Amino acid sequence: MEAIYLAIPLAPLFGAIAAGLFGKKIGRAGAHWVTILGVAVAFLLSVYVAYDVMGNGNSYNGTVYTWAVIADIRFEIGFMLDNLSTMMMLVVTFVSLMVHIYTIGYMHEDPGYQRFFSYISLFTFSMLMLVMSNNFLQLFFGWEAVGLVSYLLIGFWFKKDTAIYANMKAFLVNRVGDFGFLLGIAAVLLYCETLDYVQVFARIPQLSGANDFKVFEDTKWHIPTVIAILLFIGAMGKSAQVPLHVWLPDSMEGPTPISALIHAATMVTAGIFMVARMSPIFELSDTALNLILIIGATTAFFMGLIGIVQNDIKRVVAYSTLSQLGYMTVALGASAYSAGVFHLMTHAFFKALLFLAAGSVIIAMHHEQDIRKMGGLKKYMPITYWTSLIGSLALIGFPGFSGFFSKDLIIEAVHESHLWAAGYAYTLVLLGVFVTAFYSFRMFFLVFHGKERFDTHGHGHDDHGHHGHGDKPHESPWVVTVPLIALAIPSVFAGYLLDPMVVGSFFKNAIFVNDAAHGFDLGLKSWLSAHLAIEHMSAEYHGVMGFILHGLMAPPFWLAMAGLATAWFIYLKDDSLARWAYDKFRWLHTLLDRKYYLDDFNQNVFAKGSVSLGNGLWSFGERVMIDGFVVNGAAKAVGWFSGVMRHLQTGYLYHYAFSMVAGILLMLTWFLFF
Amino acid sequence: MNIVIAMPEIFLLSTICLILLLDVFLREDCRMITYLLTQVALLATALLAYGAMDGEKTTGLNGMYVRDDLAGVLKISILLLTFVVFVYARKYLKDRTIWVSEFFLLGLFAVLGMLVMVSANHLLVVYLGLELLALSMYALVAFNRDDGRSSEAAMKYFVLGAIASGLLLYGISILYGLSGKLEFAEVLTYVSSQNVLENIPLLFALVFIVAGIAFKFGAVPFHMWVPDVYQGAPTAVTMFLGSVPKVAALAMLLRVLAESMGAAQPGWAQLLLVFGLLSVFLGNLIAIAQFNLKRMLAYSTIAHMGFILLGALTGTTEGYSAALFYTITYAMMAAGGFAILILLGREGFEAETLDDLKGLNERNPWYAFIMMVFLFSMAGIPPTVGFYAKLSIIQAVMQAGYLWPAVFMVVMSVIGAYYYLRAIKMIYFDKPEQTAPIQAELDFNILISVNGVLMVLLGLFPSALMGVCSAAMVASRL
Amino acid sequence: MLGEYLPILVFLAVGFGLAVVLLGLGLLAGPRRPDAEKDSPFECGFPAFEDSRIKFDVRYYLVAILFIIFDLEIAFLFPWAIVLDTIGVFGIVAMGIFLTILIVGFIYEWKKGALEWE
Repeated sequence: MEAIYLAIPLAPLFGAIAAGLFGKKIGRAGAHWVTILGVAVAFLLSVYVAYDVMGNGNSYNGTVYTWAVIADIRFEIGFMLDNLSTMMMLVVTFVSLMVHIYTIGYMHEDPGYQRFFSYISLFTFSMLMLVMSNNFLQLFFGWEAVGLVSYLLIGFWFKKDTAIYANMKAFLVNRVGDFGFLLGIAAVLLYCETLDYVQVFARIPQLSGANDFKVFEDTKWHIPTVIAILLFIGAMGKSAQVPLHVWLPDSMEGPTPISALIHAATMVTAGIFMVARMSPIFELSDTALNLILIIGATTAFFMGLIGIVQNDIKRVVAYSTLSQLGYMTVALGASAYSAGVFHLMTHAFFKALLFLAAGSVIIAMHHEQDIRKMGGLKKYMPITYWTSLIGSLALIGFPGFSGFFSKDLIIEAVHESHLWAAGYAYTLVLLGVFVTAFYSFRMFFLVFHGKERFDTHGHGHDDHGHHGHGDKPHESPWVVTVPLIALAIPSVFAGYLLDPMVVGSFFKNAIFVNDAAHGFDLGLKSWLSAHLAIEHMSAEYHGVMGFILHGLMAPPFWLAMAGLATAWFIYLKDDSLARWAYDKFRWLHTLLDRKYYLDDFNQNVFAKGSVSLGNGLWSFGERVMIDGFVVNGAAKAVGWFSGVMRHLQTGYLYHYAFSMVAGILLMLTWFLFF
Repeated sequence: MNIVIAMPEIFLLSTICLILLLDVFLREDCRMITYLLTQVALLATALLAYGAMDGEKTTGLNGMYVRDDLAGVLKISILLLTFVVFVYARKYLKDRTIWVSEFFLLGLFAVLGMLVMVSANHLLVVYLGLELLALSMYALVAFNRDDGRSSEAAMKYFVLGAIASGLLLYGISILYGLSGKLEFAEVLTYVSSQNVLENIPLLFALVFIVAGIAFKFGAVPFHMWVPDVYQGAPTAVTMFLGSVPKVAALAMLLRVLAESMGAAQPGWAQLLLVFGLLSVFLGNLIAIAQFNLKRMLAYSTIAHMGFILLGALTGTTEGYSAALFYTITYAMMAAGGFAILILLGREGFEAETLDDLKGLNERNPWYAFIMMVFLFSMAGIPPTVGFYAKLSIIQAVMQAGYLWPAVFMVVMSVIGAYYYLRAIKMIYFDKPEQTAPIQAELDFNILISVNGVLMVLLGLFPSALMGVCSAAMVASRL
Repeated sequence: MLGEYLPILVFLAVGFGLAVVLLGLGLLAGPRRPDAEKDSPFECGFPAFEDSRIKFDVRYYLVAILFIIFDLEIAFLFPWAIVLDTIGVFGIVAMGIFLTILIVGFIYEWKKGALEWE
């Protein structure tokens, strides 16, 4: 079995290497075949492993290779395969496979074809290493590797200034998060003296009583809280939570398949996955959970609001991603980890679907992304239309679609939570449902319904090489539509896994508490379950249909319907309301359009501040002190000394012999007199 | 009378005699046969040494000789490294008019000397092996008879080497005068019964013995021969001298200091600390001022040997394993680095200044990449093996409680990185001054590629070799 | 223990003292009237033909070195022959190996032409 486990991440790596290093030799077709084959192998093996783990209950936790042992700390590569990680593997490899296939169609004119396939396969490898890890070191490796690949992919069109700016921004913002993450891992290492998950989880509870995390003389902090918050800062960066979310909308500068793969379905969920994986740590700290609730709820609602005023089709979806990630984070904060991970899964399917559909529209519109210049595409692109509809319904949580189950679950969980931040979070996630429905269907109606606002004659001279297709938009080729359909299926039905996954004991081993593996004592477990809103809810649960019926009567459904109706009314029926609102609440629109001025704030305070601080330091500290004195001074001193010392080497034999004898004499004297 | 334990050496000696006789009866144009036989002999001996590794420690030949896993590991390293070096050397010798069999025969005798040193269980046997190695080396350094620098280097090496072996012998004689013993186990019994730091005659013996060992390593202040010999000797000989005998020197250190005088560790550790720190300091600093590549590598060797001495002085299993790991991997990268120099040279032209590296990337990107790997590895930059080697040494030194020496080593590594990076900069960013094509035969190409890739692979997966090193130490109870 | 070395010390002192006394006597008692002829170097009564630092033919050294090897071999063979009755077969075999190695070397130098003067 270990060979199979190992083959899962290595197959995409092989594809990436083949396409990346030998791309010219194997050609375009060779590149996409080898990478698709690699990911397909990974997917099939994941299915097999998932069957083994979920079906037969053969979970695995073991070390494959010991990289180094330093002072009794083992740095290892190992896999932990339980229900949580195998589910992630399935999602990652499936979405990645779909994106690979889709890319053949989307990128077929791009000169960087092989490079692109190499990158996305490399990304799949990194993500698999991340989710399969059984220790913090490998987790960090995967974490950084997906960050790196995401950097490369956002800047894939490296001749485009905005893309370079965006990938720089993504990289820098992620650095902030990673800094916290790294500190968190360091704290884990410091207090647990191991990086292995199981051992760490076993030791963390013993630290929960000790308040001796000292930073300054008189301040002592609760250790698990410090660790949890530091780790969560990492998650905030990767999963784009306020205020470290600013990179995600800009990352839409990358090609659309990437937006689907990385910035919707997989990479951004790494933070959610990590927190779920670390649940034994987070459970020990109310403070951390409250913080997570607040951050998540803020992201969920306020980022959704921005989505309303965006006109770029991909940016609307991007803000929707931010908002949905906020929902997942809220679920984590409410200790409903399984609900969060469940939403992660359903969201991966329908958000990848929406992105790929957006990409399909973009192809049809000859790379026009402004939704104000679309409209009425329904009749030209039936497959894209229907799959988009499915995706949107899933996103707003229409009963029966996958998003409904997961989102309702989260809202319920927050409702049940006893933490003090739960009230705030509950209000925002409820309002968020309305907002979600509104911006989703605003986009949907603007793109597919209404008047045709696109310019049918403006593309004769476009530089993308579409020729001979006529002037009207048309449906995309099969490599694009097949993944859409393949993703639409789980977007509808993944929700019905609710029964086994959340309410049952599916994640019991991975997420909550496993007495045997994690070594929790029973007292702690009962304390833990008091936290767990899910358990509370399970008691009131009466099957899927009951859940749907219950949902039909609950406020989220009506809020979603209201949002849908509002969008319909404003954008299809009568746009005077929109204009009225725009006139009345222009400040609000501006505020949202400027994204709460966060970018400007970052730009002016952090970026400019850093630059001027850097300039100040440079002109005095660097040029005078460091360059003049320390660096050049040291270099000059070394150079001077080196020049002097080389003259010791005279070339005369008797000098050499003298040096030996002198050495001997010195040592003899040393021993004689000291 | 257990002569089986010396089987690899006996086999090698017989083969050398056979090759020697065969060679004098062969025609000039059949030198290739001598070369091939030499290589086969090396591999066969390595196989014998491998077969002799049984996890046991067996002494024999009246207690003068020992066979254990440590000896096995060291012998296999020496033999395989020599094999690689000879493949590289063949190109050098063939390109010039010195394609003669004496190079390989003298090399084989040197190897025999090293094997004897490795397996010695008696101070005189150590000395015997050492002299066989040294005499072969003197002759090899003077190998290119028509070159004045080569002869000068050999002369210096010989005179200083004679002084050093005199010192060593003097130290051994003092020790013998004190204890009446020369066999390791008996010497250890004597040393253990003494209060080392109070026993001035014993300390004097230590000073002389350590001086002899330090000369072999080329540690400051016994380093003066290193730059001159490295520069003067033909590059093929420099490559041999700069890689394989380092393993034998470490073997001598382990046998003589760690094994037979382990109880005197507080004494010799002080000496090694001074010599090691001086080597790391001077080696790295003076290397910066060098523009001759061979001299630069010579000073870099001095610095590396300082690291090895510092690792060994800890007197712990970790320290010894780290030193062994460092030595083996260093020998690999040094052989590779000099091989690239051989590659750059040709008939009538020796590549030995830094300028000769300029624009290597434009001339041949693959060789440029491999050279970069070697230089990175010497500088100790991850993911190459040099990083892990340095890390494990510093780790061992810190664990043994030498905090400030460890800090000093780190600082010196940073300074040392400068001149390696300068060479890399020349390889990649400067315009080439030479335009002659760089080419080599298939075996050379394969080996140098494997050598380069190994530097990275061992850096990523060091635990295999590290495991072997520490297992050998444990088996030899060091 | 050091007392046993007293005779050696006395010997050293007497030897050193005697040398000093004899040289001193010559210096004090002998007449010293140097001139150009007396100060010039001489070889067996002849004036010097040339600079004494001349190059010797390397073949002299070669023969000298080869001679030393076999000279030492003899020096080894004598004591070996004397104790042969006590060391027996082991001694015979050991000397056989030693001589074989030496003969290999001899064949090598012969074939290389080291023994031919011209």
